[in-house]
Amino acid sequence: MQKKLILDSDLLDITISRLCQQLIENHDDFKDTVIIGMQPRGIFLAEIIHKKLTNNTRKVIPLGYLDATFYRDDFRRRETPVKANETRVPFIIEGKKVVLVDDVLFTGRSIRAAMDAMIAFGRPATVELLVLIDRKRSRELPIAADYVGREVNTLASQRVLVELEAQGQKQNKIWLVNKD
Amino acid sequence: MSKLSQKHLLGIKDITREDIDLIFETADNFKEVINRPIKKVPSLRDVTIANVFFENSTRTRLSFELAQKRLSADVVNFSASNSSVKKGETLLDTVNNILAMKVDMIVMRHASPGAPHFLSKHINAKIVNAGDGTHEHPTQALLDAFSIREKLGAISGKKIAIIGDILHSRVALSNIFALKKLGAKIMVCGPPTLLPKFIGQLGVEVEFDVRKALQWCDVANVLRIQLERQQIKYFPSLREYALYYGINKKLLDSLKKQIVIMHPGPINRGVELSSDAADSQHSIILDQVENGVAIRMAVLYLLAGAI
Repeated sequence: MQKKLILDSDLLDITISRLCQQLIENHDDFKDTVIIGMQPRGIFLAEIIHKKLTNNTRKVIPLGYLDATFYRDDFRRRETPVKANETRVPFIIEGKKVVLVDDVLFTGRSIRAAMDAMIAFGRPATVELLVLIDRKRSRELPIAADYVGREVNTLASQRVLVELEAQGQKQNKIWLVNKD
Repeated sequence: MSKLSQKHLLGIKDITREDIDLIFETADNFKEVINRPIKKVPSLRDVTIANVFFENSTRTRLSFELAQKRLSADVVNFSASNSSVKKGETLLDTVNNILAMKVDMIVMRHASPGAPHFLSKHINAKIVNAGDGTHEHPTQALLDAFSIREKLGAISGKKIAIIGDILHSRVALSNIFALKKLGAKIMVCGPPTLLPKFIGQLGVEVEFDVRKALQWCDVANVLRIQLERQQIKYFPSLREYALYYGINKKLLDSLKKQIVIMHPGPINRGVELSSDAADSQHSIILDQVENGVAIRMAVLYLLAGAI
């Protein structure tokens, strides 16, 4: 298994800081903004960003977790059902500016499912998408991210591996892995 | 990713501890879904399910139908009382005709023990047993165990008394299988005529005195006296049964400890359970009903994954 490093710990730190600055530019005082991390892996990034934003702006920004398993379009096309995770959205998203956070944007199908899942909680004013890694030119649906940590050219057979300290890894590292 | 070990849910006896844990974890998520303002998810939107009921039911049938609708499945309902079964059509013919209309899953209740097992050998569709005679009622046992887990935090090591008409109860048998797999201690209690002769071989304790059973247990699952299945007299009168085995608030207060009261419904108020006990804060009867929808959604979701 060949692995290529895309982002190391320092670069990741800078990248996340830049994403936070972009959010601050666009959301000003975060009055109506909520952050929603996507289960299972987007929640770690959402937590890191939420913590940084809270420290920088001293504002209270609601943070939720969303699981889109039951809304996926590939259910029953897989051998085994995908295991669901906890959804916790303890605030009202009606009329709010939602920032959806995930680690890797690939085909766009998870994001489509997530938007469906989100509508079950109300009608947000706007929805933006923040991803750490954007796998360019591999989209199967017309979906694009508003905030991108790093764009990467990948093959469909490759996989992006995100290792974060928050997930129990030794160091923050993002890899491009060749499947063999 | 995860999958049940069985193709059908015919009984708790056939499934493993891991299956039960997986169903519970999935049901946790569905319980959150059914408490949202929009209670529906599109998971089963291309699945058609037939609810085939050869025996009367309100709770189980409504619960299954709601579970199916909240999963966006297409549902058809069939009850034997106003169908061609009355003209003498066989079970297999009836089901094959339903399946010819492109149905993917069958939820069946039947008065004969083993009817869904028989069906599973002859058809390809997924089968969920919603009660077969006096044999098993797997989703009821799952929701009972799920409710105990929710109320007490865990099931392993807890003492559970099943009280009443054990002889005619499919709920009792499925409950014993499920709770034993989850590590609980079980006692059955009832008049000797309503306890099966070899029940002790299932590894449960047997008690004839209801007060001693209540004193022993953390949870009392009180069963209905199933008069419709009793062709002969098993006890002198309902009043006498209520006097010796009925549970009321006074009896519960005299125990000097808090126990949880459960009942699979429908309650014969004033017979096995008095109103003041059924409506007391001990009772989690309505939580059982709520959890029933979440459990059935989980079972249907996990079985439909591999159609």
